Formats: sequence, structure tokens, C-alpha cells
Amino acid sequence: MAKAKGKVRFNEDRCKGCELCTTACPVNIVIMDKKRINVKGYNPATVDEMEKCIGCGNCATICPDLVIEVERETK
Amino acid sequence: MAVVFKKTEGLTDKQFHYCPGCTHGIIHRLVGEVLEELEVVGKAIGVAPVGCSVLAYDYFNCDMHEAAHGRAPAVATGIKRILPDNVVFTYQGDGDLASIGTAEIIHAAHRAEKFTTIFVNNAIYGMTGGQMAPTTLIGQKSTTSQAGRDAATTGMPLRMSEMFATIDGAVFVERVSVHDVAHIRKAKKAIKKAFEVQLEGKGFGIVEVLSTCPTNWGIAPVESLTWLKENMIPYYPLGNFRTPEEGK
Ligand SMILES: Cc1ncc(C[n+]2csc(CCOP(=O)(O)OP(=O)(O)O)c2C)c(N)n1
Ligand code: SF4
Ligand code: SF4
Ligand code: SF4
Repeated sequence: MAKAKGKVRFNEDRCKGCELCTTACPVNIVIMDKKRINVKGYNPATVDEMEKCIGCGNCATICPDLVIEVERETK
Repeated sequence: MAVVFKKTEGLTDKQFHYCPGCTHGIIHRLVGEVLEELEVVGKAIGVAPVGCSVLAYDYFNCDMHEAAHGRAPAVATGIKRILPDNVVFTYQGDGDLASIGTAEIIHAAHRAEKFTTIFVNNAIYGMTGGQMAPTTLIGQKSTTSQAGRDAATTGMPLRMSEMFATIDGAVFVERVSVHDVAHIRKAKKAIKKAFEVQLEGKGFGIVEVLSTCPTNWGIAPVESLTWLKENMIPYYPLGNFRTPEEGK
């Protein structure tokens, strides 16, 4: 069975840089962007290899600040 | 592509004021999602506490009422008795519910008031700067137990769910946690069940949610999840203590 394909979007201005989302991704693609600072003054969370995302929603489930929206390919 | 996760209609767009990594935010979302799934956002009335979640009235997308510290169950009693067809809930911290408001919550449960309580146990007073709560663990440092909580002078941490399980009027009692994704999903199921019990008019329901306070614990957000798992769960075992029998 082919792996599901997913896509996540970060509403970056809401992010508080807590890193909880980085602990929950089964394919380890959620990282903190240490090169940028958001309006709140935190390094925001981001995904670097979106093609690996399986759309499981774990990152959004553990995010306390409703930063993340998740989409999944439907067949 | 189909959207599989987006902000629930049960919450407003307002950004939470909570500290980074504070799990109050996760618990708010679960309550909002449950209200949406049960299609009761339009007839829900929440009662906000005093504590870090004092501003909860800005976040839940339903009618909200503020209560004095610990008195949310008394306010919810009045609302639910006057408006029995509305869905009424309180959202309370452990300082609010297990300390100053113990009388109100115990007697609301005892009278089998038909509302739902979301009890956020983070083992500390968050809003006021980290004082010891009745739920603070033995050895846990707080601003009023600087050498760690000592049982000889302050007693043992209070297990509220176990106490509710001895009260006939409390028909649904469950303790859950939000320290990882699997437990967050379980927590949502319990919250949903508690609201369903209210919709069926069966009695008082309470879900105790173990939660983190990275700021006043002095532990980074990710490590706080581990601290909760390793220190709180052994003393505050998760699970259902009471559920109404089917068909009753
Ligand atoms: C009558 C009264 N006494 C004391 C206070 C001070 N006070 C505000 S919040 C709080 C404790 C909050 O702790 P908790 O309920 O655990 O919620 P948290 O902030 O940890 O979410 C106290 C003692 C108050 N506001 N009113
Ligand atoms: S949806 Fe799942 S796979 Fe995709 S980034 Fe989030 S946690 Fe990782
Ligand atoms: S869990 Fe949410 S707030 Fe925390 S770093 Fe990730 S996206 Fe940002
Ligand atoms: S003080 Fe503690 S409980 Fe209050 S918002 Fe900050 S982390 Fe959360």
C-alpha cells in the first residue's frame, strides 16, 4: 500500500516556539526554523521535507496554539 | 487534498494568552471540538474560573459567564437549573477546584447537578506565580514549598477523582492526560462522554485532565510532558472511575 500523502500549513504568527510539535511527527520532518523570528519573537516551527508528510495530524493534535492545519490526499 | 485538521468552530479566533507549551491550549481545543461534534456550540454556556484560564470566556465560541474563584460550580448550578436545555460546563484549575472551591464542587456533584466539569490539574497555582496547590506532589518545589512539598506539614496530594468516585451524584468520573498524541485522543473521548452524560440528563460529570505548567514548574515545555508522565501519572492514575450503566 502506498503511503498517504499529506500537507501541513503553519499559521506562523500564532506559533510560540514551544517545540511540542517536533516530538510528535512519525516521519520527523517538523523542525524549528532557527533562522527566522515570528511576530511574537519566537523561532517558528516549520516542515522542511513536505513530500514526506503523511497527513497524520499528530503535529496539529499536540500544538497548544492552533498553529497547524493538515490536509491529506483522498483517493 | 482534504482538510483533516483545522481549528474547531467551538473556539473563537482569538489567540491564547497561555505561556509557550502550556497544555491549557490543548484542553481548550478538545472541549471546543467536542462541542462542535455534538452540535451544541450554539446552546453551550461555559463558566470560567479564576486562574490562568480566567480569560477562557474569550476563547470558547459560546456564551460564557465568569465566576469568583472556586465558585464556578455554584454559578453553573444556577444556569443549568434555569436553562435545563442548554449545555453547561465549568472549566477549572486545581487551585480553583481543589482548594478554594472544594465545597462548591463537592456539593454540586453530591446534588447530581447536571453539568460537566473540566478539571485541569497542573499540580500548582499557575496564575499567581507558582504557589503550592493541594495537588502539588511530595518533593515538588513551589514558591511556598521551596524545599519541596513535605507531607508532615502539608499532607499528601489530594486525589480529587478518587473522591468524586465515592459520591453517588457524580455519574461520570475519569482522569486523563494530554502529554502525548495517544493520550490527547483518549482525553477527547472522555470529554465527549462526559458531555453526552449531561445531554442524557444522567447527573454530574467530571473529567480531570493532567496538564503542564512549564513556567512555574521551571521545566521546558517538551521536558514538562515527560515530567508529567513520570511524576504525575504514578500518583494520579489515569482511567475511568465511574460511568453510567447502559440503558439506565
Ligand atoms: C478569592 C480569591 N482568592 C485568591 C485569589 C488569587 N488567585 C488567583 S488565581 C489563583 C490560583 C490559580 O490556580 P489554579 O486554579 O491551579 O489555576 P492555574 O492558574 O494553575 O491554571 C489564586 C490563589 C483570587 N483571585 N481570589
Ligand atoms: S501531519 Fe503527521 S507527518 Fe505531516 S508533519 Fe504533521 S506529524 Fe508529520
Ligand atoms: S507546537 Fe505549535 S506553538 Fe509549539 S512550536 Fe509547534 S507549531 Fe509552534
Ligand atoms: S503559568 Fe503555567 S498554567 Fe499558567 S499559562 Fe503559564 S504555563 Fe500555563
